[in-house]
Amino acid sequence: MTTLEARALPGQRLRAYAATRLARWRQRWQAFRAWMRPVLLIAQREVQDQRRDWRILTPLLGLTLFFPLLANFTARRMVAYMERFDAVLIAERLYPFLLLVVGFFPISISLVVALESFAGERERGTIEPLLAAPLSDAQLYVGKLLAVLLLPLAGSYLGLLSYAGTMIWRAGWRPDPLLIFVVWLLSTVQALVMVSGAVVVSTQATSVRGANLLASAIIIPVALLLQWESVLIFWRQFDVLWTVVAGLVVVSVLLVRMGLAHFNREGLLGRDLDLLDLRWAWRTYWHAFTGGATNLKEWYRGPVRESLRALRKPIVLAALLALAAFGLGAAWVARYPWPEFQLDPERVQMLRAQGATEMTAWGPLTNLGSWEGWLGLWWHNLRAMLLLAFLGLFSFGVAGLLYLMVPFAILGGGLILAQRVLGLGPGWYLLGFVLPHGSVEIPAILIFGGAVMRLGASLATPARGQTLGAFWLHALGEWTRVMVGVVVPLLAVAAALEAYVSPRVAQWVLLRLLGGG
Amino acid sequence: MLNYGLWHLPPRQGAFMDEYGILAQGLGKQFDDFWAVRDVHLQVPYGEVLALLGPNGAGKTTTLRMLTAVLTPSRGRAWVAGHSVRHQPQQVRAAVGVLTEQHGLYKRMTAEEYLYFFGRLYGLDEPVLSQRVEKWLRFFDLWPHRQRRVGGYSKGMRQKLALARALMHEPRVLLLDEPTSAMDPASAYRVRAAIRELRSSERAIVVCTHNLTEAEQIADRIAILHQGRIAAVGSPEELKARLGPPEFEVVLGRALNGTLPDLPAFVEVTHVGPDRFRFRWTRGRSGQLNPLLLQGLLAQGWPVLTLAPVPRSLEQVYLEVVGHDDA
Repeated sequence: MTTLEARALPGQRLRAYAATRLARWRQRWQAFRAWMRPVLLIAQREVQDQRRDWRILTPLLGLTLFFPLLANFTARRMVAYMERFDAVLIAERLYPFLLLVVGFFPISISLVVALESFAGERERGTIEPLLAAPLSDAQLYVGKLLAVLLLPLAGSYLGLLSYAGTMIWRAGWRPDPLLIFVVWLLSTVQALVMVSGAVVVSTQATSVRGANLLASAIIIPVALLLQWESVLIFWRQFDVLWTVVAGLVVVSVLLVRMGLAHFNREGLLGRDLDLLDLRWAWRTYWHAFTGGATNLKEWYRGPVRESLRALRKPIVLAALLALAAFGLGAAWVARYPWPEFQLDPERVQMLRAQGATEMTAWGPLTNLGSWEGWLGLWWHNLRAMLLLAFLGLFSFGVAGLLYLMVPFAILGGGLILAQRVLGLGPGWYLLGFVLPHGSVEIPAILIFGGAVMRLGASLATPARGQTLGAFWLHALGEWTRVMVGVVVPLLAVAAALEAYVSPRVAQWVLLRLLGGG
Repeated sequence: MLNYGLWHLPPRQGAFMDEYGILAQGLGKQFDDFWAVRDVHLQVPYGEVLALLGPNGAGKTTTLRMLTAVLTPSRGRAWVAGHSVRHQPQQVRAAVGVLTEQHGLYKRMTAEEYLYFFGRLYGLDEPVLSQRVEKWLRFFDLWPHRQRRVGGYSKGMRQKLALARALMHEPRVLLLDEPTSAMDPASAYRVRAAIRELRSSERAIVVCTHNLTEAEQIADRIAILHQGRIAAVGSPEELKARLGPPEFEVVLGRALNGTLPDLPAFVEVTHVGPDRFRFRWTRGRSGQLNPLLLQGLLAQGWPVLTLAPVPRSLEQVYLEVVGHDDA
């Protein structure tokens, strides 16, 4: 309802409308409060437990109270020393860097507590009464998540406040408020990422020991991230820190979603062993890969077709993204004026003289019309796709898909460039340089994009009673089914076209364009 | 015994939903390739205590976990307190009280804090909560120790506290997994007495146990679970009747010296001792035939000191059902 319509209504109707809206909001608020009640109870109990455990409290207090003072002292001494050599710049960068460190250290405790959250309760036998209580999976999960986040985050905020306060007061530091804000946000989202990742590990591990061993999956990326953030601070690229915050928010949302999707009461009670059962893993994977087919014909007709059918939506999404990337590439290139550019007339003459069949003599096309060229192209495309699949796995499919869109953006840019530089119309551009091999390669890329999206998304999809391992092996089996059955053969055909056909067509188009042939 | 005709009725219709705390039909649970529970049929009316017996790995805990909606059945269906374990797991969990195999107490909390925490999780209002905490702590003699950390409790006290937790919301269905396991006899006795006190017409109780004497003492009916199936179910007397016709022992005033007295045709001698023998009737009623046998023995000049039924134990039934090797 627009404001104008609202104004036109008689007062009584407006009041009734407002009352209805208010009642609906109140209802939602009540429902939310009822939902949050057990969540807060769980969090409260856990926090109380942490407060009573000196093994958690002592390092937390040390890092919250003592470490900021130490950082403060170190910073001031360092700056005083550097000033002797007029190296004020280092001091300027050291202050925010230590702010980042002071904010991060208490958060590291959250990792220890989070890893213990489910695995520890399971080990102590306290998880079953909780699982038997009238709580939904989400309530239990969010309650635990909040509990492990609260105390370390409070420590981190106190540390930040203490360090920044004393630095401003004692060292006369005058930071940009936005810098303080972004470091505060970074500390918060880093804690969220670490905790949500650790809780996922804790729900899937069979013991605290197992969870600790798996913690490297969190520690290594976070350590690398911290180094990168430090570099950004020393380079004074504070703006980039906002991008890091945004990225970490997305990752933490996906991690929470993943944790919820794979939270499995049965798994928490049932799993006892940490044995690596390679035979079982291979069997699960192979069953997913073959789909029960006994020969190649049956495999293509059954499981492969079924997989392609399941990929319809992701493929359409990948195609839409590709179109968008193509458009963006074209738009981006169109923004810049390009210098007039001419092909070297002598080279064109030479090309004309050699004729269309001797294309390999032309520099850019050397080695293409040979089997080495074909193999090289095929292997290059395959390698790129495997790398993107790997990236996709660690970013829930997002990174893989985004990088996959880069060639489409280049194609879009190429379209404008060909028009500007060579005066080539879109039809000739596509016919001469894209479609001969692209007619096969582009579908292969789109199918691959859809498969990567599905593989990445499978990590954040409920496992329907399977363990995370079994579910993931199944997803990997289905992914390789599409890769081996469809994408790899298509890429081989596309590489053959690119090696043997595309150069001829491109040459033909160029010769026409240059008025020869 | 089971009334299988019951299952043909629409599940939420008919009076039986109000009569039975637990109704389970063909419950099964599969873990990977292994069926922990295959085909469990159970019906436990309100007011009854059912003991679930069985060797280790028979599927007792898995059955209990399915009935508490912590595990989802792989097949079959069950209603607990009128709610489907498959479709209304949260309602089921709200309606049952569970004593898990491991008591699951938070050691850094006091008993009072612990009960308040679970009471609130079950949605009890504050005035009711205070009353219940006091009621159950007093019931289990833990009131004087309410401010002590649970970590300092003895095993019996912990078990009683866990029972108090299971009862905080006064559930109509109570599921107890090994309530007296690894407890000293005095503590076990107190817990058993508490379970007996908890029996009421309003409540259905299932107790999983390895202790046959305990099962006989507290249960109205006993179900023996073997290899994921209910192999026998009934009252202790009904189960004992499975062993066949009752056995009797005649103790004589002098030694037999290898010769048995002349006995009627329908007597099967099961055991012979130096001055006694055991027998059972293969036909007829022992109440009518035993006096005749006694008369015959006396007529043959045998001094009969006693003729009495041989006591039967649940252990014999159990061993017969699960087999000596499995047991």
